[in-house]
Amino acid sequence: MKPARFEYRRVATVDEAIEHLSEVGDEAKVLAGGQSLVPLLGFRLARPRMLVDITRVEGLRYMRRDGEALRIGALTVHRAVETMRSSLADGHRILAEAARWVGHYPIRTRGTFGGSIAHADPASEWCMLAVALDAVVTAQGPGGKRDIPAGELFQGFFTTVLAPDELIIEVRFPRVWEHAAIEEFARRKGDFALVAATVALDLEDGRCRDARIVLGGVDEVPLRLLEAERALTGAVCSTPLFEEIGDLASAAISPVSDIHADAEHRRELAAVVVRRALGRAVGGGPDGDSRPVEGSSR
Amino acid sequence: MRLECVVNGEPRDVAGVRESESLLQVLRERMKLPGAKNACEQGECGSCSVFLDGKLVCSCLVLAGQAEGAEIVTIEGLADGDALSPLQEAFIETGAVQCGFCTPGFILAAHDLLQRQPSPSDAEIREALAGNLCRCTGYAKIIEAVRVAADRMTT
Ligand SMILES: Cc1cc2nc3c(=O)[nH]c(=O)nc-3n(C[C@H](O)[C@H](O)[C@H](O)COP(=O)(O)OP(=O)(O)OC[C@H]3O[C@@H](n4cnc5c(N)ncnc54)[C@H](O)[C@@H]3O)c2cc1C
Ligand code: FES
Ligand code: FES
Repeated sequence: MKPARFEYRRVATVDEAIEHLSEVGDEAKVLAGGQSLVPLLGFRLARPRMLVDITRVEGLRYMRRDGEALRIGALTVHRAVETMRSSLADGHRILAEAARWVGHYPIRTRGTFGGSIAHADPASEWCMLAVALDAVVTAQGPGGKRDIPAGELFQGFFTTVLAPDELIIEVRFPRVWEHAAIEEFARRKGDFALVAATVALDLEDGRCRDARIVLGGVDEVPLRLLEAERALTGAVCSTPLFEEIGDLASAAISPVSDIHADAEHRRELAAVVVRRALGRAVGGGPDGDSRPVEGSSR
Repeated sequence: MRLECVVNGEPRDVAGVRESESLLQVLRERMKLPGAKNACEQGECGSCSVFLDGKLVCSCLVLAGQAEGAEIVTIEGLADGDALSPLQEAFIETGAVQCGFCTPGFILAAHDLLQRQPSPSDAEIREALAGNLCRCTGYAKIIEAVRVAADRMTT
């Protein structure tokens, strides 16, 4: 469990990082919080020639409101999102709530938002939320900056459209969602979810005007359930409707069987987490004090 | 590579560190501070926990270079001379220590919790310690130890 040798470069600016990355190409890797990359180095699943440590880059560690939008700097740690003040969280409370599901405490003090998005684990809370809430990812490379909608960023397991010399700078959640909720099932607190669901609803007098339903951990990327979203849109929210939507979610996926759960179990869980998330989303929005309980999805 | 940092209040300057070493390896093997334990090396067990600039981290997932200039506190830095901290006392009294391998990590995680939340509920204690694994005690005594220390420190 010891990494192979590599060169280590600690950079102070984004430009400096991009310079190293362009020079070395895909044999270089960005190092942020290290909470995913360091284990990969240990297992030698990653064997970069050079690591470019961006943790000392100034100006990438922030959360800012910009009208309805919430902008999160790439180096913002999970714990900062978890404890963001209420003026920031207003309409984006689901982010603070979701943070509690990301690993356990010492992982959250160090792991970064940008690192999670770049790592592109299909069970990652941030990747799932980014897709569900129409987030826009700003990347910077030698040619300058570009905006990538989260829905187009993820290409497959641990794979994004980012070029090897591009850095994620910021993730922007463009609009508020008053009725949004996340639900997960993991065997132990802090584990990656077997199945996770994020829902976001736009409601008017109990009728759903717009809906997002995204599952994590069931496919190569966070999976948006368009058919289920269509079935919700225009309908009046009710428990039977939510059950129907849960069944649609379950039918829409073809999960794998592995040592953690077989496909049928995952399909069943998908229905459960979607139904619960919908229920909580219409219950006045996610309540700040309902927190994950060990070993179960609340 | 050379690494300069402050460990338990003492400035340290270590030469010849390999880029691929973790902070945990440097602490244990180069600084001869064996308190932080090396077990999973993947962030799962918390036995390598230390404070890095005041934040509880798994030192197995911090590369040596990332600790440059940082202030680190390990379990060796918790006692005041021979006087154990209230948490250390409580762990001994309640029998929360068996083989002791996990103990430094649990005590630092509990120490961090009590700084944030001096009177934690059982649920808060469990959540704060969720990143730490113990193969001996069954956790009940550990939770009791944190409760005892919290009571003593707030009264
Ligand atoms: C025990 C354990 C449990 C965990 N549980 C969860 C969980 O439940 N949910 C979850 O979502 N995550 C979980 N994680 C992962 C954790 O959230 C990581 O923090 C995250 O996946 C990566 O962020 P990082 O800052 O640590 O990135 P690093 O590990 O430093 O990097 C990860 C990858 O992203 C690239 N990268 C990093 N930053 C950038 C950037 N700004 N631009 C471009 N590329 C970049 C790196 O090159 C690397 O390929 C867990 C980790 C551990 C060890
Ligand atoms: S050795 Fe670091 S968490 Fe297990
Ligand atoms: S006391 Fe032995 S592992 Fe916890």
